[in-house]
Amino acid sequence: MSVLELPLVLAQASAIDTGDTAWMLAATALVLLMTIALGLFYAGLVRAKNTLNTFMMCVAAVAIAAVTWALLGYSLAFDGEGSLIGGLGHVGLSGVGFEPRGEGTIPHLVFMAFQGTFCIITVALISGAVVERMRFGAFMVFAALWSVLVYAVLAHWAFGGGWLAAEGALDFAGGIPVEMGSGFSALAAALVVGARKDYGRQALLPHNAVYVLLGAGLLWFGWFGFNGGSGLSTGDSSVLAFVNTLLTPACALLTWFVLDLIRGRKVTAIGAATAIIVGCVLITPAGGFISPGWAMALGFVGALPCYAMIVWRPRTRVDETLDVLAAHGVAGFTGILFLGLFAQENWNGIADGLFYGDAGQFWSQALAAVVTPAYAFIATYVLLRLVGAVMPLRASEHDEAVGMDVAFHGEEAYATGEGAILVAPDADGEVLVADPG
Amino acid sequence: MKLVIGIVRPEKANDVLEALYRAEVRGVSMSRVQGHGGELDRVETYRGTTVKMGLSEKVRFEVAVSDSFVQPTVDALCEGARTGEVGDGKIFVVPLEQAVRIRTGETDQSAVTPVVK
Repeated sequence: MSVLELPLVLAQASAIDTGDTAWMLAATALVLLMTIALGLFYAGLVRAKNTLNTFMMCVAAVAIAAVTWALLGYSLAFDGEGSLIGGLGHVGLSGVGFEPRGEGTIPHLVFMAFQGTFCIITVALISGAVVERMRFGAFMVFAALWSVLVYAVLAHWAFGGGWLAAEGALDFAGGIPVEMGSGFSALAAALVVGARKDYGRQALLPHNAVYVLLGAGLLWFGWFGFNGGSGLSTGDSSVLAFVNTLLTPACALLTWFVLDLIRGRKVTAIGAATAIIVGCVLITPAGGFISPGWAMALGFVGALPCYAMIVWRPRTRVDETLDVLAAHGVAGFTGILFLGLFAQENWNGIADGLFYGDAGQFWSQALAAVVTPAYAFIATYVLLRLVGAVMPLRASEHDEAVGMDVAFHGEEAYATGEGAILVAPDADGEVLVADPG
Repeated sequence: MKLVIGIVRPEKANDVLEALYRAEVRGVSMSRVQGHGGELDRVETYRGTTVKMGLSEKVRFEVAVSDSFVQPTVDALCEGARTGEVGDGKIFVVPLEQAVRIRTGETDQSAVTPVVK
């Protein structure tokens, strides 16, 4: 993304590059897979009776955010050079065609779709704060509004020519809108919706650690498209971000193993899955800006504050259920600052960080790290209060007790079929076909 | 010496365990069962297939107690499992012929009395 801000030295107007386009088509699909992978990851972390509802929140995010993005969000994020918000020139995708956007080398449509998948996963991420008790309908309404009022705004500030980018803040692949945006919004959402009724009273444990690990693995796989595609090309910055997406999570994993060993004398599987996410988030803002060596250091060191947050948060009354704040907010915050310290112009061609001679870069990063959480938290808090004034946000105690799957979807993740009586299978009447009574 | 069998809602199982613990009833088995009482059938749909779920998930507690513990156990089961809605479950108290603690070979009264350390 930031490559767009580069004064690309090209003699003529830029043309489509087939290699870049091919990679960006694949990268877009990879990022879309991440949202489904996130659904699997989240589904494993909740109780069995809420498996489908948790997964479906991510599926709903795809449906809703893809549509709001095409209709309005993309225009507000990427049309024009407005300081606070983009224009309405691309509403309903008008003017988005096969020609490149600005100095890009890929069709505008591909750029729009790639950015759309970012909006989708960010909306899905927030669901982690409110699973197991938020009404499905209320979440969908919230998702539609949030994707436009919060995501599109933050994306404009960071990538669309808004004021944060103008202040010099660098964000390679979404530390600002995606990671800090989702993390601090998740905190606000958890506060407004409130804790699960059994929170702090009963042990609420993950029901399938294998889903969690598989989900994390698929997220990591998709993240190669997320970070590796954020150079919008097959150029150096994409290659650097791609490789760093291998290194940082691996280092975060090793740190997590050691911390788990110190704390409980055992290396845990769900801890490992969490470390993969944390590592991927850490490198997201910094991917194309820091050397592979510093990317490894970021994984080793950056995991520490996230781990601390994950240990501390459950001791509070804040039921930010799946720790979106720790894994995305804190890790995104850390990555944004880290790149302000260790960016190297001889690797990224754009800017040096504090330790390579440009203290100003660090202050630009610090500005982003303060303003983004503030906007995300406040905007989400107000938005959810407004939605809550119109419709109930929470499921009834009864529905929460029985489980969200049966209550909201009329399905079970692990239905046995025993005792099930078939109703009108051939659709020619409301007759019970098989009644054991 | 009685065997107290309580069939309760799965979502109330933790409350029952807490209530039993407070009543100082130790030595509990529980299992997941499916059953049908008077509650309304739940309708579920999988693609084109709509079904009424005639059986509901329940949790079955079995507690073998000496006579003086029967009422506290029954009270704890009621307290922990009651929501007031149809489907809260049943409690059955049945006579118990014999109990043996496998580890020591103790029988009956001493076998159902928890070891206090």
